[in-house]
Amino acid sequence: MNIHEYQAKEILRKYGVAVPDGHVTYNSASARDWAKRLGDGPWVLKAQIHAGGRGKGGGVKLAHTPDEVKRIAREMIGMTLVTPQTGPEGKIVKRILVEKGSRIARELYVSLLVDRGTSKVTLMASTEGGMDIEEVAEKTPEKILKEPIDPLIGLAPFQCRKIAFALGLEGKQVNQAVQLLGGLYKAFIESDCSLLEVNPLVVTAEGDLIALDAKLNFDDNALFRHRLIRDMRDYDEEDPFEIEATQYDLSYIALDGNIGCLVNGAGLAMATMDIIKHYGGEPANFLDVGGGATIERVTEAFKLILSDEKVKGILVNIFGGIMRCDFIATGIIEAAKQVGITVPLVVRLEGTNVEKGKRLLAESGLNIVTADGMADAAEKIVKAVKG
Amino acid sequence: MSILVDKNTKVITQGITGATGLFHAKAAREYGTQMVGGVTPGKGGTQIEDFPVFNTVSEAVRETGANASVIYVPPTQCADAIMEAIDAELDLICCITEGVPVLDMVKVKHYLQGKKTRLVGPNCPGVITPGQCKIGIMPGYIHKPGPVGIVSRSGTLTYEAVWQLTTQGIGQSTCVGIGGDPVNGTNFVDVLAMFQDDPATEAVIMIGEIGGNAEEEAARFVCEKMTKPVAAFIAGATAPPGKRMGHAGAIISGGKGTAAEKIAVLESCKISVAATPAEMAQALLKVYKP
Repeated sequence: MNIHEYQAKEILRKYGVAVPDGHVTYNSASARDWAKRLGDGPWVLKAQIHAGGRGKGGGVKLAHTPDEVKRIAREMIGMTLVTPQTGPEGKIVKRILVEKGSRIARELYVSLLVDRGTSKVTLMASTEGGMDIEEVAEKTPEKILKEPIDPLIGLAPFQCRKIAFALGLEGKQVNQAVQLLGGLYKAFIESDCSLLEVNPLVVTAEGDLIALDAKLNFDDNALFRHRLIRDMRDYDEEDPFEIEATQYDLSYIALDGNIGCLVNGAGLAMATMDIIKHYGGEPANFLDVGGGATIERVTEAFKLILSDEKVKGILVNIFGGIMRCDFIATGIIEAAKQVGITVPLVVRLEGTNVEKGKRLLAESGLNIVTADGMADAAEKIVKAVKG
Repeated sequence: MSILVDKNTKVITQGITGATGLFHAKAAREYGTQMVGGVTPGKGGTQIEDFPVFNTVSEAVRETGANASVIYVPPTQCADAIMEAIDAELDLICCITEGVPVLDMVKVKHYLQGKKTRLVGPNCPGVITPGQCKIGIMPGYIHKPGPVGIVSRSGTLTYEAVWQLTTQGIGQSTCVGIGGDPVNGTNFVDVLAMFQDDPATEAVIMIGEIGGNAEEEAARFVCEKMTKPVAAFIAGATAPPGKRMGHAGAIISGGKGTAAEKIAVLESCKISVAATPAEMAQALLKVYKP
């Protein structure tokens, strides 16, 4: 799960991490009021959407007077912001963050993530702040410092100092870095983050360290123990189909193609998309109904696929382990009754109770093409969709 | 021979009184696995479907002589269940549970250090040595004893590979699902090393997916240490970047962990990579004659 920058900063503030004074707002008049309450300008207005690269699309602007704050806020709220990460359709800005401007002397980078190789939380830092860090890692990997963290000890002060000196910090900044990095680590652990990124971490003209931007992603599997974080979820930022899917415990991701997929198992679901593409088609979605899907879930999965207007055909690919093929067959028949399947449907069933499942489909009177194996299934649906 | 499990493996089920745990404990017993009992705290001393139930793993081990455990405990308590089994010094733990928080697994991995236990999973189908021992949720009947080892991050794709082999008359030595989570107990290299040392395994199919770089490390291991032929398939060539494809670990982040990258490294290490998931057995037969 992702949250907005202003929410991330609220969390970090609780852990003693220095962030600029600021406030979120939904309208231009209140943006002006908040600017005044924050003290003297200039102020920075930042569009709050779940995508990076906002500055490049006009989502970060500087204002010198309260009236200018209001004018810019009016332009920004409601605009469709297109950044390198939003895709060409962009995102509509509904919330903006009004912040006191900072005078920047240096821009640094720090992040925390779980490193798969070492199975440890790892602190990453770089002097190349404010840049696309992936590009830095690609072109100048020596500029990325990594510090693996012992789960028992946590992030030790000596590790923070090591990073601080390596980043060229000096004087009071070193102790500020120890406090700031310690706060970031505590926030990461206590909120079950999957990624915590501060880019840039800046040294101000006054010589202080401050987290100018903040990005927090959370481990979905751990949200059960974080009610306050769950409450920060912004449904406007998510695909409506994907929200619908989570209500039925379906794992669904919308794609651009026209062949709907209904598969059990994440690996097989990905592989099904791949083989559709291999035979010249384009998948409309990733959908894993899971191992223990009920008839209701299968029915809902069908409804979900059919509610996508791009879908011109559906491929069902089930390898029943726990999932029984007769369950899937019943789900297909139920869904067909409830919503009416008007597009070509190719079904490949294998595994537990396969004969029973095939018989149910054959006796249903529905217009279903059965397939033997994945290749046959993919070929048939691609052909059916192309007409 | 085989790896990890055989006909002598004695297994207990943690979470045996839950619907899923009981269902699969019975299925394993029917398959011929020595499923000797189960653990559910607070229900010790009772019986369920003729399985003795114990309060703690160490008690179950003492009473039954079990040396392996399979875990179906819900994700909220799962890490604790794994550590209890590690503490009881079992040889093997298969954790089937999906949805364990990754920071819980970071702690579990730390706890595992220096212990004798091998953890497989979480979020995996388990381990099967056909005809001898089935620990996990895979359908038993698709398997057939034979010479091909399978190691995979995906459950249903493992079944797919097994079925392709079995329908061509080629059996399997052991099939190991290592799971789809970013932090897990056993990785590709661990299993490949065991297959290399196992006299009953003649060739290996490895099934990977997008995210991380475990496949690349496995490829380098194959290059440097393996003499047995290896085929592979990588799922997710069409997956969009930045999206978690069902499995917690299946995500292309920062442009890294793509299928194309992995396939290139695998091929450079003389691994026969299947162009589609329907051709996994075929890919193996290009480098291996049974």
